[in-house]
Amino acid sequence: MSVDDKTVHRIARLARIAVPKEEISSLGTELNAILGFIEQLSEVNTDDILPMTAVVETEIKRREDAVTDGGYVEDITANAPASDDDYFAVPKVVE
Amino acid sequence: MNEATNDNLISGATGDWEVVLGLEVHAQVLSEAKLFSGAATEYGAEPNTQVSLVDAAMPGMLPVINWKCVEQAVRTGLGLKAQINNYSVFDRKNYFYPDLPQGYQISQFLQPVVGEGEIIIDLDDGSTKIVGIERLHLEQDAGKSVHDQHPDLSFVDLNRSGVALMEIVSRPDMRSSAEAQAYVKKLRAILRYLGTCDGNMEQGSMRADVNVSVRKQGDPLGTRCEIKNVNSIRFIGQAIEHEARRQIAIIEDGGSIAQETRLFDPKNGETRSMRSKEEAHDYRYFPDPDLLPLTFSQDFVDEIAASLPELPDTKKARFISDYGLSAYDAGILVAEAESAAYFEEAATGRDAKTVANMVIGSLFAGLNKAGLNIINSPVTPENLGVLVDLLSDDTISSRIAKDVFEMMFEDGPDQGKSPSVIVEEKSLKQVTDTGAIEAAVDEVLSANPEKVAQAKEKPKMAGWFVGQVMQSTGGKANPQSVNKLVLQKLGIEE
Repeated sequence: MSVDDKTVHRIARLARIAVPKEEISSLGTELNAILGFIEQLSEVNTDDILPMTAVVETEIKRREDAVTDGGYVEDITANAPASDDDYFAVPKVVE
Repeated sequence: MNEATNDNLISGATGDWEVVLGLEVHAQVLSEAKLFSGAATEYGAEPNTQVSLVDAAMPGMLPVINWKCVEQAVRTGLGLKAQINNYSVFDRKNYFYPDLPQGYQISQFLQPVVGEGEIIIDLDDGSTKIVGIERLHLEQDAGKSVHDQHPDLSFVDLNRSGVALMEIVSRPDMRSSAEAQAYVKKLRAILRYLGTCDGNMEQGSMRADVNVSVRKQGDPLGTRCEIKNVNSIRFIGQAIEHEARRQIAIIEDGGSIAQETRLFDPKNGETRSMRSKEEAHDYRYFPDPDLLPLTFSQDFVDEIAASLPELPDTKKARFISDYGLSAYDAGILVAEAESAAYFEEAATGRDAKTVANMVIGSLFAGLNKAGLNIINSPVTPENLGVLVDLLSDDTISSRIAKDVFEMMFEDGPDQGKSPSVIVEEKSLKQVTDTGAIEAAVDEVLSANPEKVAQAKEKPKMAGWFVGQVMQSTGGKANPQSVNKLVLQKLGIEE
């Protein structure tokens, strides 16, 4: 599998990362190197092997259904580039 | 199976078309806290006051699952007679939108917590149909954008961000807007019985994405369009009717349907394309590395199964067999758990059919008119039951029963006067004493000699006398006795 310039551009766009034109092809080379490594891993037969999800055998951590958090609007919006009336304010998005 | 009956078809210029519908319903899980954080889920709070650092996707925050939400999903799965998966996986669904601070929604893709099940839907003609459920999975809700507060800015409130949703996906088994509406009604009833979602569509606790395609009967499936976020049962019907006709018109004009996401606009009853979302469809799902697989024991499932309430279908069958109700009446009564409970409380030990008629007729009409819910009914089930007793043992006539019901409704539950007290106080007892009725009949007859003459020629006139006697006795006379006496005195054969 090989990644062309168009795909690099698309991936960057989906990830909302601005990539200057001159970096596209070198990024493509890097991505292809990574994909090559992944392809190498794919050579191992993993049929009937469950994915390992943790190093030690453990179960998903649970919480109780209780309200223990929230109520700090100022902290929530403190780092927002813009906020108004306790809302985050973003460029208009209308569907 | 699931072939359309002819009356479901939409006729076009080139013949009849079959509509094929599948629904994805998002139902908000009833829980105090969110799916992966301890922030509150309560509706209507001030903006961003129910947001934790997890919900705002601050760096370094980790999701920890609210176990109640898992219980609710399993409970719902059991209510849908579905496969429960003791091992499921949370995935990241990646897309960029201002109301999604993480840049991805935690959802379940390849391995959902609940697999295949089914819902029996009740149609208006009293028939039923099975609609397959493909899956149910848990996922996070997004925040809410407000567009009308500022000319160039949208405002984002993250209170809803991270609230647990169950996405319930049906098979494309529905063939008309009426079936789709019946499906949503039934699903809503089941969720409310189970207590896993409040089903409040106005507040957005339940919203549907409707997949619509059309085909000539017997053809393979057509290309579908998905109408997003329809938030009322009425709109679901309108959206489907419009979208099906739009697709038929395109195909009949020689065009083809582009698979796309559309929005329903309630203002003009039309659907329109959401072009900007096209690229967002590349969701790049992958297992969420922050969460271990969702696992639980069979005991956990069995315990929930043991605590399930009687569900609408079982209750309906029981109302038909135990109380002798028609399928139609039973269906109406079980649609809401509260109505069913009210009916049972009122009906136990008495003429259940009359109770059902009174609940469905007078009570529902009164509640509807007054804008009240049955749990706030001004007439208690006990009093309604006593009223039916008075009617059944001929203490009062059915006309008086209506009046007494209205008096109780206006008094409200605080007054709570028993109907027998009302009947006593206002002396509304039915007059069954033949002598008294006879006197009333004689009086009316002697006051209207010319009508008596006419009635002897035209026996249908007798009804007029019955009405006059009922009026003169204030509706208290037994109508059958009055009728009999009037006919007798006029010398008309019964």
